[in-house]
Amino acid sequence: MLLRHTPKEIVERKSLTVNPAKTCQPIGAMYASLGIHGCLPHSHGSQGCYAYHRSTLTRHYKEPVMAATSSFTEGASVFGGQANLLQAMDNIFTIYNPDVIAVHTTCLSETIGDDVPQIFGKAKTDGKIPEGKYVFHASTPSYVGTHVTGFANMTKAMVDYFAKQNGHKENRINIIPGWVEPSDMKEIKRITGELGIDFIMFPDTDNVLNSPQTGKFEMYPKGGVTIDELISTGSSSGTVALGGLASGPAAKALDSKCKVPCKILDLPIGIKATDRFVDTLRKMAGVNVPESINIERGQLVDIVTDMQAYFYHKKVALVGDPDQLVALTEFLVSIDMMPIHILTGTKDKKFEKKILSLTEEMPHDVNVKSGGDMYLFHQWVKNEPVDLLIGNSYVKYIARDEDIPFIRYGFPILDRIGHSYFPMVCYRGAMRFLEKILDALMNRIDRDSSEIEFDLVM
Amino acid sequence: MRKIAMYGKGGIGKSTTCQNLVAGLTEMGKKVMVVGCDPKGDSTRLLLGGLNQHTVLDTLREEGEDVDLEDIRKTGFGGTLCTESGGPEPGVGCAGRGIITSINLLEQLGAFGEDENLDYVFYDVLGDVVCGGFAMPMREGKAKEIYIVVSGEMMAMYAANNICKGILKFAETGGIRLAGLICNSRQVDNEVEMIEAFADKLGSHMIHFVPRDNMVQKAEINRKTVIEFEPKHPQADEYRTLAKKVSENDKFVIPAPMEMDDLEKLLIEYGIAG
Repeated sequence: MLLRHTPKEIVERKSLTVNPAKTCQPIGAMYASLGIHGCLPHSHGSQGCYAYHRSTLTRHYKEPVMAATSSFTEGASVFGGQANLLQAMDNIFTIYNPDVIAVHTTCLSETIGDDVPQIFGKAKTDGKIPEGKYVFHASTPSYVGTHVTGFANMTKAMVDYFAKQNGHKENRINIIPGWVEPSDMKEIKRITGELGIDFIMFPDTDNVLNSPQTGKFEMYPKGGVTIDELISTGSSSGTVALGGLASGPAAKALDSKCKVPCKILDLPIGIKATDRFVDTLRKMAGVNVPESINIERGQLVDIVTDMQAYFYHKKVALVGDPDQLVALTEFLVSIDMMPIHILTGTKDKKFEKKILSLTEEMPHDVNVKSGGDMYLFHQWVKNEPVDLLIGNSYVKYIARDEDIPFIRYGFPILDRIGHSYFPMVCYRGAMRFLEKILDALMNRIDRDSSEIEFDLVM
Repeated sequence: MRKIAMYGKGGIGKSTTCQNLVAGLTEMGKKVMVVGCDPKGDSTRLLLGGLNQHTVLDTLREEGEDVDLEDIRKTGFGGTLCTESGGPEPGVGCAGRGIITSINLLEQLGAFGEDENLDYVFYDVLGDVVCGGFAMPMREGKAKEIYIVVSGEMMAMYAANNICKGILKFAETGGIRLAGLICNSRQVDNEVEMIEAFADKLGSHMIHFVPRDNMVQKAEINRKTVIEFEPKHPQADEYRTLAKKVSENDKFVIPAPMEMDDLEKLLIEYGIAG
């Protein structure tokens, strides 16, 4: 009972967060930066920030995550971080030779008011940025928004700094995948490829944070969107952005900067959301959906029908990030499960309304909160127990205390593998999701059934 | 739209000069917005006829991030749009960060958008450029012209010279320029000549010499600009002239700040020895 201090009685709290369901902006910015080929993320702040972000990403992906820091000291806080960042750029290009440095700010550099574009200007004047190399930045103070905001800001910065119109529209689509795993990005690319569509995905962490063991250390793995590709996103014929919160700002920036029209969709989690994604791609590119994709969809529908009895009216509690939760709620409702506690640590004005509308027809009341914490989530679960918990690794404490089956999904997952390699998006990802749900529920049935009830065939 | 920031030593009369200048511009039919960047929140008092009670940061703190432009923007004399950043009480928190947050929020809310049809935005900034936050209006895409309010007193000129160092840093990479010195007279000997010579050394010009007149204080205690309080008074015409000169100004330079020794020499030459 590691969370034995959590009482059942819910008292309204105004200013205290216990066990946050979020983390800070720079970690999202760092993850997005890693989706650029040959990019070294750089944290403009003191060493503690960057050490924490690197280690959490490393633990989540089980890959060495490379990044640099401006290494602020007391002196830099007083005199501004310009000297540190200039020195850092010099060192980084000399020693580590990346194609691009993605600078994100931190609480400290934001508060003292460092103006990163001005420092870049100084670096250019001083010749600190070699020919053909790039630097760009996103402003990511942690006291504003959450890790999702940081991801969105860095993705938007890719557009602000690089996207250019070349005068005519190419027959090509931009895909902004949102904050999903490298395996998910790979799956989204596969589906788009099956449709025969030429595309640029950014950011793209596939083959960066799920790279193979070759016996040789690669500072910059093969994957990631290139700067040339980022530049040409400005001349694509359209953009499909997945997840409004993580990808919306970049898509809108591309529209207003380069007049590339965008469609902002939910993450393609589950049948309906994937249908919308495939259909949008089909219309935007003017292609037909091949039989291979119809087969995958059919298989998914088959699992849902076969196993209906196990899904029906099972109560689920979800905690995670808004883009994921919205799509996941729709998916669970569509297979007759009942997501009854849904909580995110990220504040999003539209979140609660969206969830309530998705669960409107469900024969059960719903607890939903944007900007909540895991403490409240746990209290909800205590008051109205569920059959299944879905959330990141931190939910394991609640699962253990309350003895409830648990699926790890979201960020971070620090105690299991799989997310880097097996997708949870699109039709095949949804099949894997169902497999995980069924494994969890049916293992519990096996565990709890009496010798008489214990069944070979289920 | 011209974006202008006013800087100068604390107490030199930036807010007073700024608001009187703005009153002059609105008389010329210009649409002006004033962004007060002072934690005291008193940069728009004369235009509004009293303190703006809803500063951006107070509203942000009390009502969360869901702020409407109309909550924080008030209409003052001649249709001027007034906002106050506000900030912490003296001795706590970080006023500089307050200015960054406040200006970012105003941008997000579209306060400077094309559909506002603004002719001028004025940033009235507290005191010296003491830290990164107070340089926020100098960043790329914010103010393009800086006017420094100065007098013939040594410390005012010293502060003005320091501000030029700040401008220089941002001008090297951005589009910000020094647009001129406004001399707010303290009736120092040889004040006009000295400030003209000082402006010349900086590579700029003294755009106007505002004589000292008690009418300014009288209007101020009545919470009004001179132009509103006594439109026929000669001091009102001084501000009208300043407004005209600002609207016609095209001398925007990257300043060449002086060395301390040279500044002292200048003071001795025109001040004590003059």
